[in-house]
Amino acid sequence: MPALAELFGLLSFGPEGWGDELLAGLGVTVALALVTLPIGLVLGFLLALAKDSGERSLVTSATILTTIFRGLPELLTLFIIYYGGQIALQQLFRLLFDRYIEFSAFTAGVIALSLVFASFASEVFLSAFRGIQKGQYEGAHALGLRPAATMRLVILPQLVRLALPGLSNLWLILLKDTSLVSVIALNDLLRNTNIAVGVTKEPFFFYAVACLIYLALSILSSFGIGGIDRWARRGEAAR
Amino acid sequence: MSGRETAGAAAEKPYVAATLIAPEPPPPSARRVSKARIAGTAMLLLWVAAAAGLLAFLAREWNPELLARYGPSLLSGLLVTVELVSLSVILGAALALPVAAGRLSANKLFGAAAYGYVYFFRGTPLLAQTFLIYYGAGQFREPLEAAGLWWFFRDAFNCAAFTFTLNTAAYQAEIYQGAIRGVARGQWEGGRALGLPRAIIFLKVIAPQALVTALRPLGNEVIFMIKGSAIASVVTVYDLMGETRLAFSRSFDFQVYLWAAALYLVLVEALRRVWDAAEVRLTRHLQRAQAAPKARKAAGKQMGA
Repeated sequence: MPALAELFGLLSFGPEGWGDELLAGLGVTVALALVTLPIGLVLGFLLALAKDSGERSLVTSATILTTIFRGLPELLTLFIIYYGGQIALQQLFRLLFDRYIEFSAFTAGVIALSLVFASFASEVFLSAFRGIQKGQYEGAHALGLRPAATMRLVILPQLVRLALPGLSNLWLILLKDTSLVSVIALNDLLRNTNIAVGVTKEPFFFYAVACLIYLALSILSSFGIGGIDRWARRGEAAR
Repeated sequence: MSGRETAGAAAEKPYVAATLIAPEPPPPSARRVSKARIAGTAMLLLWVAAAAGLLAFLAREWNPELLARYGPSLLSGLLVTVELVSLSVILGAALALPVAAGRLSANKLFGAAAYGYVYFFRGTPLLAQTFLIYYGAGQFREPLEAAGLWWFFRDAFNCAAFTFTLNTAAYQAEIYQGAIRGVARGQWEGGRALGLPRAIIFLKVIAPQALVTALRPLGNEVIFMIKGSAIASVVTVYDLMGETRLAFSRSFDFQVYLWAAALYLVLVEALRRVWDAAEVRLTRHLQRAQAAPKARKAAGKQMGA
């Protein structure tokens, strides 16, 4: 075992150290999560609206989607999207444009993770919708608000408050799930750690560092979530 | 005066209708096809098209040789997955009890240790934890050999099971401690008023009530473990996912992933159904009289309409 100082020397920036590689990987991890989040949120919200619509065909089709992506292992979803998407896209492009196209691992990661995120988020939104009293809709109707304005001005501000705990949980799960893309050769934090381990033969140290970085990300997120929570509750009386 | 008039009118014009209006369906609503129905039908059609496309793909690529060659290994992989998950969940439950006790204890040191454990395992990816233990153990080969533990950590399955146990123990500990905290204080006080010792209060009064609360999150945790266990394939465990990846790398036939997906979906859905049924059965003493749920459902429908 090398001395601790030597180990930490491995984390330095520059050609000898792995600090810059890990930082670049962290950038990819954070970018992946940040790109996935808005797509997953919007898709999840739409799915929740569909499930809440009372229109049977809409409920059924939304339920099929969420059942599939809630039941499949995230790793398998990722593989199916990555390889299946590759096959589908290539055939499509060969047919239409007679060209070869690369389906990037990042895109596959975003699609797979947002489908999973949306499926779980739709359940969170759905139970948040159930938590809003019918009187809120009736009150908005009595004020002459159109359905879109009712949603935006009356329902959404309350929905955010109700859905925030569930959604922040999903965000933390998403942060951790991004590590799966390392398996399809996207250079995220964990994959760059793998490369560092391959070269330095110091698996325990590097994986521990990677774990601590993920931990730091989730601690940082909980501060952010606390801020959003205070913002969402700003209209409530101080207790 | 008016009474006589109406009486006279009644004699001439009976209040009972002489001619009946034929029953008719209610008039059509202003908008017969709502936007929701259009969108829903379009989405359903999309699903039908997707299912048809999938079936066409499977029919075109249908390869009995492939099934004969990789079908049994996929099933044996499924068995490994079930083994891995049940082992981890059961051992994890045993490990979760002291951790939950730590989370609930008034002892600061014990509490902090338990909190740190839970925070670490819930805050880091399962894949990174698996790498940490599987590859990390290789680095400590000599001390592990000296301790007589090397045979355990040499095997990828053991390492995966060990990691999953530690991971699920952290999640289960949070479930148990939340459930125990959720039992009303008066239950403890009532037990004490009856002169029961603390251990008996916990076993006979608190635990049965806490387990009812814990049942649903526990089911979710088992499902998360089934899905998470696919990660073991990355460290060369041949579970369902591992066998599938092996089959794909040999045959380059995409349909093995679809078979695996079907197997996982069946496993997860079956477990969810069984768990729901078990929950209904175990909480039957908490359910209201039989008419109540139906009435509630009807009321819910009315509100939704």
